[in-house]
Amino acid sequence: MNYFLTEEQREIQALAAKIADEKIRPIAHEYDEKEQFPSEIVKVLGDADLYRVFIPEAYGGLGGGVLEMSLVVEQLSRACGGIALAYAASGLGIIPIILFGNEEQKQKYLPKLAAGEIIAAFALTEPDAGSDAGAIKTTAIKNGDNYVLNGTKQWISNGGDAAIYTVITLTDPTRGARGSAAFLVDKGHPGFEFGKKEEKMGIKANSTRELIFQDCKVPKENMLGKDGMGFMVAMKTFDQSRPGVAAQAVGIAQGAFEVALQYSQERKQFGKPISAFQGVQFMLADMATQIEAARALTYQSARTIDAGEKNVAKDASMAKVFASDTAMRVTTDAVQILGGYGYMREYPVEKMMRDAKITQIYEGTNQIQREVIAMNLIKESVRGKKG
Amino acid sequence: MNIVVCIKQVPDTTDVKINPETNTLIREGVASIINPFDVYALEEGVRIKERQGGGTVTVMSMGPPQADVSLREAISVGADEAILLSDRAFAGADTLATAYTLAAGIKKLGDADIILMGRQAIDGDTGQVGPEVAENMGIPHITDVRKIEEIKDGYITLERMLEEGYVRLKVKLPIVMTVVKEINEPRLPSLRGKMNAKKKEITVWGAPDLDINTQRLGLTGSPTQVVKIFTPPKPEGGKIFEGGASEAVNELIKELQGAGIRFGRKKEG
Repeated sequence: MNYFLTEEQREIQALAAKIADEKIRPIAHEYDEKEQFPSEIVKVLGDADLYRVFIPEAYGGLGGGVLEMSLVVEQLSRACGGIALAYAASGLGIIPIILFGNEEQKQKYLPKLAAGEIIAAFALTEPDAGSDAGAIKTTAIKNGDNYVLNGTKQWISNGGDAAIYTVITLTDPTRGARGSAAFLVDKGHPGFEFGKKEEKMGIKANSTRELIFQDCKVPKENMLGKDGMGFMVAMKTFDQSRPGVAAQAVGIAQGAFEVALQYSQERKQFGKPISAFQGVQFMLADMATQIEAARALTYQSARTIDAGEKNVAKDASMAKVFASDTAMRVTTDAVQILGGYGYMREYPVEKMMRDAKITQIYEGTNQIQREVIAMNLIKESVRGKKG
Repeated sequence: MNIVVCIKQVPDTTDVKINPETNTLIREGVASIINPFDVYALEEGVRIKERQGGGTVTVMSMGPPQADVSLREAISVGADEAILLSDRAFAGADTLATAYTLAAGIKKLGDADIILMGRQAIDGDTGQVGPEVAENMGIPHITDVRKIEEIKDGYITLERMLEEGYVRLKVKLPIVMTVVKEINEPRLPSLRGKMNAKKKEITVWGAPDLDINTQRLGLTGSPTQVVKIFTPPKPEGGKIFEGGASEAVNELIKELQGAGIRFGRKKEG
């Protein structure tokens, strides 16, 4: 399907695809088994200027937006959704700096992030605050020119490997969401330690760790946006990052589909390739159709955001929920088409099925996404607006 | 440090098919790429520049106007300047005429310290152009370079790959080197490199721009001409010895002995 990408967007896509095919696919299995963070792929992506694509030109970027980032994430995820996360989760950490950073903060971090010299991470989730983000307990209490952070963040992608963390805290727990603030905290800052590295079902090539803040004194200059804006920073960031998760899901699905399509033409049973059987043909047709629909929704939501539309939460959530559900279905069907081989770790699709699952869970579960979609539908209806 | 890298645009042989009737390459619809060995030469040229902390990498190719695509690709991975030697008079050149023309281009450019190319092109597979360019320029050449150790005080120390092992050499600059793929791992292009390559002006030199004898160019200047390209016929017959390795080898020896071939033990020492 023709998505009428610009020449530059096609070049970004082609370069990301080349890196995925030549550098990532050959190591995807090994990195999954060893649960190893792909530092050298981060360097390859940095050298190729791929971290620059969604960062403003004034800070060493190439001035693109969410669509460009999504194109990269999709292509990398075709080869490995876990390795792609080193890129996508850095994007999640970079977006709040682009959206809410002041000039000094942008100058300090964005050029290095654009070059891929360092990567970023984003920290909201806590042991008792997942979908109910408002239940976070990490505090940042003002003390003169500093804020003192205390608390634990959980399941942070790129945790330990990122150099800069956007951390959502409560500056005044009595005021709830209005008493929240986002801070930039550097790795190695006194009082900031990493907890255990999680053992996950999929996306094993990414490091997922706890962030532990113990009387971590952060200067007030590190606050992103204003005091009271913590949750706004988080929500606006997610509005822009969700198409990235959708793109990751589309890429994983596409990767699994390509394996299944190829395999179905090579595998012979009853004297003919299994692709000659209608039962398999219909599966392939449905997989391809669903992927294309997910891709169209992902690109369109990204374009809507890049065009500067104000209320993008519903579109972004629709893309995320549809693409991730598609990825789960398509990877499950890919395993089915490969049959016993599909279930073996020696073949790539069981990993893709494990990797796909997280896209239905993180950056807002699909249940939360549906709630966001429904709430916006009702709001629009009450206002008499049409969707 | 002035570095010149000579590259050749070749058909992507992973796609190449032979027309069984005419026994010629089917070129239609086959993508053109930089000769893969030249990509290693280019990477090494860029690395020398980076290591020496300065200089210019000029990439040069003799070919039709379409070869500028390959030159731009070279710019995207780090070459600074690109020169295309293109003229109807250059067409149909064998290695001798090609080397003569390239050498004239390099002389016009002037002051080259290191001239790099791949050990051979994957279409012609001759491996002659590098040494012939050096002869035309009257400078030393080293083929099959697998490692550059040091460039210092007008000399280069390098390792030349042999069938078994290698030889370490120290050579006075300027020099022509052909490289093997063991020398490095070529980098991928960057987006900024690609954008830069798109904007880059490619210098084109024709026969009148070079100080040359036109009788030595193209088809006229080529003592070798390709008469026929063909796929060797598949050998017919043959016999397969089944069973385990030692069993099969014993059977083979018996068969050969039956045909009058003698087997003796090599004397020790």
